[in-house]
Amino acid sequence: MAITLIAVTTPLAAWPVFVACAVVLGAIAAAARIPPRAIWRRARFVLPLVLFVAVFVPFLRPGGTAYELGPLTVYEDGLAVLAAVALKATTGTIGAVLLATTTTFPAVLRALESLYVPRLFVLIAAFMYRYLFVIVEEVGRMRAALSSRGYRPRNALQAAAIGRMSSALFLRTYARGERVYLAMQARGYRGEMPQLVPLTFGRGDVAFVALVLLALVPLRVIAA
Amino acid sequence: MSCAVHATGLTYAYPNGQPGLRGVDLHVTHGERVAVLGPNGAGKTTLMLHLNGLLAGEGALEVAGLDVTRKALHELRLRVGVVFQDPDDQLFMPTVEEDVAFGPLNMGLDRAEIAARVAESLATVRMEGAAERAPFQLSMGERRRVAIATVLAMRPHLLILDEPSANLDPRSRRELLDVLESIDRTMLLTTHDLPLAAELCERTVIMSAGRVVADGPSDEILADAALLAEHDLELPAGFDLSRIERRPRPPQAVPRAAATAACP
Repeated sequence: MAITLIAVTTPLAAWPVFVACAVVLGAIAAAARIPPRAIWRRARFVLPLVLFVAVFVPFLRPGGTAYELGPLTVYEDGLAVLAAVALKATTGTIGAVLLATTTTFPAVLRALESLYVPRLFVLIAAFMYRYLFVIVEEVGRMRAALSSRGYRPRNALQAAAIGRMSSALFLRTYARGERVYLAMQARGYRGEMPQLVPLTFGRGDVAFVALVLLALVPLRVIAA
Repeated sequence: MSCAVHATGLTYAYPNGQPGLRGVDLHVTHGERVAVLGPNGAGKTTLMLHLNGLLAGEGALEVAGLDVTRKALHELRLRVGVVFQDPDDQLFMPTVEEDVAFGPLNMGLDRAEIAARVAESLATVRMEGAAERAPFQLSMGERRRVAIATVLAMRPHLLILDEPSANLDPRSRRELLDVLESIDRTMLLTTHDLPLAAELCERTVIMSAGRVVADGPSDEILADAALLAEHDLELPAGFDLSRIERRPRPPQAVPRAAATAACP
């Protein structure tokens, strides 16, 4: 996260900072023994979306030298923005991918909690993580039930069944929420979520964060 | 303290006015294993929810030595363990370990004790290796057993199971039965699985339309085909009740000592 923050705040002119970020990310990946292909496999879903937005900027943002490109005009300032966004997005995405591959979701939740993210948010995220799969399975079953009775929507009117399906899904999920709450109460829940393992921020973690910051912060300050 | 259930004239109507229980009389004493049978909609689950104070009806109800009132609710829930029908409702934490620890944490136990209880109850249901796993990575049978562990970790005096063998394949059902047989607690379970009731419980209660309509030794009740048919129940074809062997209870299991100490 620190790396992303540094990358996002860096202006394009300070390109050495991006190089440093890339080096640190590479080092982390190597230390965690994550092959580049695994990172690419995960990043390729996120990156195109982010970059897609940036691709249009050179055409839309006037300023600096203009280049004629057939019928289109490309502006230099716009190109600079594109490059900056691309670099920042790539750094951020790879950072997030590294976090996701090295850390399980429950550990991320506990980390969020120790970073003083409000408990309610953490709790909501935890329940989402737990029940997302249950709900996805439920949707799968409902879709199977629809298509096994020959449902093949060919015009907009026939899509009404999808609407009814989603309302049924809402009701089912709501009822499940009630049952889960009963189950929580049955085990002595009184409105306060107990915590089993407070995440230990050990000496090793401190050293790791210090090392990363040590490598990047001075460069960021100098380059600015 | 006791592990008994004494319900007299227990009545409950759902918020939409539909009656759930119409005067249930049920008395269970320490150490009994009771199967509650009955068709869908007979009020079995409603009764189970009452025993943990999750629903509150009219009439007298004493569970595990406590009069079920608002004040006693928390204490009651620590003494009575309910295993719900759908394990996905019961397992709501991101990992198995956190889920099993949820009850003990609510009891305010210290960390060493909690760790010991998590390990012990996962071992009882034979799921030792699953502590770090997420509930959605488990099979239905495994989820069911973990759900039982979440309750055992609280060392309840009374164990209540709602349809424990629903949706299980024969092998998972057998494993569940072995686990339940090894647990020495006062146990109350609702089920449509009559052979399970025959094998596990020495006493059977039949509920129908919100009332207890039959109550007696399992061998007698389950042998009465006319009585079963009257309440939409039926043993599987070719099932021979006389060949059921109820395995003797474990003589000196660890939980037994704890339970006996608490329940004179």
